[in-house]
Amino acid sequence: MISLRRSCYWASHYLLIALYVVFALFPLFWLVKVALTPNDLLYSEGIKLWPSRTSLEHFNFVLTHSEFPLFFRNSVIVSCATALIVSLISAACGYGLSRFNFRGKGVLMALMLITQMFPLVMLVAPMFRLLAPLGLTNSLTGLVIVYSAFNAPFATFLMQSFFEAIPKELEEAAMIDGATRFGAFRRIILPLTLPGIAATGGFVFTAAWSELLFALMLNSSSRASTFPVGLLSFVSKFSVDFGQMMAAGVLALIPACLFFLLIQRYLVRGLTAGAVKG
Amino acid sequence: MEVSASGRHLARSAEPYLYTAPVLILIVTVMLVPLAVGLSYAFRDIQLLDPFSGGFVGFDHFRELALDPSFRAALLNTLIWTGASVALQFIFGLILALLLNREFPGRRLVQALVFLPWAVPTFLVGLDWAWLFNPVVGPLPRWLLALKLTHDSNNLLADPSTALIGPIIAAVWWGIPFFAITSLAALQSIPKDLYEAASIDGAGVFRQFRSITLPLLAPTIAITILLRTVWIANFADLIVVMTNGGPADSTQTVASYIFTVAFRRLDFGYASSIAAVLLGLLFVYALAILSLRRALLQRQ
Repeated sequence: MISLRRSCYWASHYLLIALYVVFALFPLFWLVKVALTPNDLLYSEGIKLWPSRTSLEHFNFVLTHSEFPLFFRNSVIVSCATALIVSLISAACGYGLSRFNFRGKGVLMALMLITQMFPLVMLVAPMFRLLAPLGLTNSLTGLVIVYSAFNAPFATFLMQSFFEAIPKELEEAAMIDGATRFGAFRRIILPLTLPGIAATGGFVFTAAWSELLFALMLNSSSRASTFPVGLLSFVSKFSVDFGQMMAAGVLALIPACLFFLLIQRYLVRGLTAGAVKG
Repeated sequence: MEVSASGRHLARSAEPYLYTAPVLILIVTVMLVPLAVGLSYAFRDIQLLDPFSGGFVGFDHFRELALDPSFRAALLNTLIWTGASVALQFIFGLILALLLNREFPGRRLVQALVFLPWAVPTFLVGLDWAWLFNPVVGPLPRWLLALKLTHDSNNLLADPSTALIGPIIAAVWWGIPFFAITSLAALQSIPKDLYEAASIDGAGVFRQFRSITLPLLAPTIAITILLRTVWIANFADLIVVMTNGGPADSTQTVASYIFTVAFRRLDFGYASSIAAVLLGLLFVYALAILSLRRALLQRQ
């Protein structure tokens, strides 16, 4: 009797899990499927679960005859630069917050919290007006600066939690042995928190890679467009070519998934530190 | 000797500021100054394409806003969008966390697969779901028709009365992992011997859930939900990508309306006045949460 109830329980457990897996993967499967469907089959077999013939023609076109390689390059530059800058400055700031008590610490924390509480979309208009005269619209540098500021507070909170997990005595011992604080930070603390810093970089990279609204507002020329902007303008220009769009979509998915694998272990920490941000 | 000692002292006390200065400078110049400037735009006439604009208009924008039917619709849509997205993400996320909280073969693989949607860039989430709802290349219109949930196989996103459902489903798909991950972390912090003791006392699975899991989970979950509500209310990407606020402003939320007015109409003054109203609403929400929290703490 009990074993019957138990196997009923596990059967429904696995059934529910399977439903979740299907729900999670189906939209991604469909993206790949349409990207692989040749144009002549797209309309006749558009709704079929798998086309009778697949081809890489859409990927070929997107990679050789479109501006997507340029958009891809722009996005890689912006996301990598943002991740690098934010990792450096938020590691420094997180370290300062975890190791020192100083006047103004409360104010700094409050300012960082404020930046997490108001909707960023509020900044779209003033940001454009302030950056345009400085030549930072239609420029990748402008986007890097904006994204670095957006991600720095959340990354700082994350880094602070990593540093606080490391006992102060470690660096104090090194400082007694004659190392400067910065020397102790560089030689002892940094190696220990390197995985955490890499995870922070991964989070920031993903956020910068996905950002759409500010990229749309600030960079209208295709020379400085990031991937999301390029894909969206492609959609409004040639709304018929689904295969090519989805091929481009699959390409946009690749770096994001790679970084997801990298930061998967740190998801819980990252999500709680950035609960306001996502 | 004395000079170098006081110099060293100065260097010592300056040290924390050196570590924290870059972040401080960045957020003040790039976020807080534009925030203040943006709030001042709410009282000025700022049109990007009109070189003669820029004068102060007092509360004109707010008067216009009070009569703007699109804005009123956006307020209601924000409530529907936020309420439905948060509730569904939370319920499905919690169920997923409960399923994953038990050890079973293949759990790690399943976990990586069901959390994958969270890694998909949000613009792509929007496009992907818009394509799924598209009758030409997407299967959903036919399936919905076959299940008799719709009367025709038209695009749900093109009908003002149903269009908001699209972004909500996309948001739920993307957001379930967030709630699943945070709930799972909270679940795993509950001591296992509580459950053992309960099952020795003869409590069944549902009784255990009601008497142990739920009360111990509630505090962390409540905070997560409250913070997430703000985030989702302000999250405009999916709506901008999937419907652009249309058809006929029917899916506009306050956040997406700000973006539309700034980006399409290039009316920065009016956009900033909507932003000011949104900020006020969020402030009221935060105050309500704080007083609720105080009331709960006093009751304990």
